[in-house]
Amino acid sequence: MYNQTEIIKDTTDLGPEGELVINMGPQHPATHGVLHLVVTLNGETIKKIEPHLGYIHRSIEKMCESLTYRQFIYVTSRMDYLSSHINNLGCALLIEKGMQIEVPERAKYIRVILSELTRIASHELWLGAMAMDLGAFTPFFYTFREREMITEIMEETCGARLTMNYIVPGGVMYDIHPNFQKKVKAFIKQFKEKVTEFEDLVTNNVIFQSRTKGIGILSAEDAISFGCTGPVARASGVRCDIRKLYPYDVYDKVEFDEVIETAGDSFARYIVRVKEMNQSIRIIEQLIDSIPEGDFVGKTKNVLKLPKGEFYTRVETARGEFGVFIVSEGGTNPYRIKFRSPGFSNLSALNHMAAGSKIGDLMATMGTLDLVIPDIDR
Amino acid sequence: MFLKEYISDVYNGVTSLLKGMRKTGYYFLHPKEIITEQYPDNRATLVLAERFKGEVVMPHDQNNEHACTGCTACELACPNGTIKVVTKFDVTPEGKKKKAIDALVYHLELCTMCNLCVVACPSDAIKMVPTFEHSVFDRSKLTKILNKPASKIREGIE
Repeated sequence: MYNQTEIIKDTTDLGPEGELVINMGPQHPATHGVLHLVVTLNGETIKKIEPHLGYIHRSIEKMCESLTYRQFIYVTSRMDYLSSHINNLGCALLIEKGMQIEVPERAKYIRVILSELTRIASHELWLGAMAMDLGAFTPFFYTFREREMITEIMEETCGARLTMNYIVPGGVMYDIHPNFQKKVKAFIKQFKEKVTEFEDLVTNNVIFQSRTKGIGILSAEDAISFGCTGPVARASGVRCDIRKLYPYDVYDKVEFDEVIETAGDSFARYIVRVKEMNQSIRIIEQLIDSIPEGDFVGKTKNVLKLPKGEFYTRVETARGEFGVFIVSEGGTNPYRIKFRSPGFSNLSALNHMAAGSKIGDLMATMGTLDLVIPDIDR
Repeated sequence: MFLKEYISDVYNGVTSLLKGMRKTGYYFLHPKEIITEQYPDNRATLVLAERFKGEVVMPHDQNNEHACTGCTACELACPNGTIKVVTKFDVTPEGKKKKAIDALVYHLELCTMCNLCVVACPSDAIKMVPTFEHSVFDRSKLTKILNKPASKIREGIE
């Protein structure tokens, strides 16, 4: 029997003539978008990975400077499109904080429930795509079946399946659909029944385990120094859940566990995301029956003007910490906007994680980083 | 020792594969639980959510009257210049001039379906409808004029 650790830690240097440079992407199907990785190989061992960005740069930060505070929220849906609702929430929270707008309880509950549904949908898509990267095509359809239920709920309540733009400063755009609670409960019921299918198909699969266990190890110190957040850092044992550390909306009223794993390898990151889905279900279950009556949007002025100064808020998206920083001159448009996107910092750790391993393991390492390229490029 | 590990590896591999195969085999034998929709063939029975944001329209009543006053609130609310309101001055029977819309030009090709114009409209003159098959061969066909020809503003809307 082979010894796995010996094989993945092959560092024999073949010298400059043994070097091979491979361009992975920007049209590679396993990079989930237009990410261009310049991989320097030493035989089959990765020496260095250099991500080249800019293929989907849309200058969103600059674009936001010409839009009003009501208008720029929709643009952030186009960054991390899998957790667009949470991105919108981050921007709305900042405006509410800056202008001291009171948000009705009902709106807060709706926002949190939809955020958690978005998180589940994002993790489901990741799970299917990740299994597909490793050569298993079937889980993709199974995860999309549950994700379809969420997108249907979104379609009915928010009016769109992916880029919802449902959140406005002061609350939500319109009230939830009458079927909302019934459909969410039906989803929870089905999810709980079918989540065992993923474990049969993926988690307990020997091929999947041997391809992810011990691959792409990231220590807690490195996770902090690279600025990794979200499931990537939590799999390395770093407490970084914004929902726990700086609770917003009604996260301080609900009970849930921050999922922490200590192994720091690809399999730990996988386990963190699967467990996080169960925690999200737990949060929704606590809130869905107790949505208070009342307004769904607070009283706001017609034209929003942030007071002069600098503002920062952060929210926990499916990928990690999403931060919005606005410098305001007191006008109707922001003077400068900076987004702190989780994907960019997580990508920066890729070279450290994959150097020294085989090129076949790069897919497992990169897949568990859960990269969304428009989020990295903006 | 080597043989034992080898056999247990093979055993584990085969059982975990069979476990997965049982799951997929179950759905193979129960086709009713599969939820795939055969989209272009099921157009007649396809039901979309009523709130689905597909396109902006201006509802007209049976007298060919709409509720748009030409206040340009939608034009100001739109983040990407999708809506352009062209106004004119109507002369009322009393001889006074009254502002009215000549055309509400809507560029569907620029629209991101963010719904901000519908929220901004003070007289509920425009709304989103769940039509979604917008592909055409010529881009100019996506520039639409939302008010119908010879339509007028409804009585009592200021």
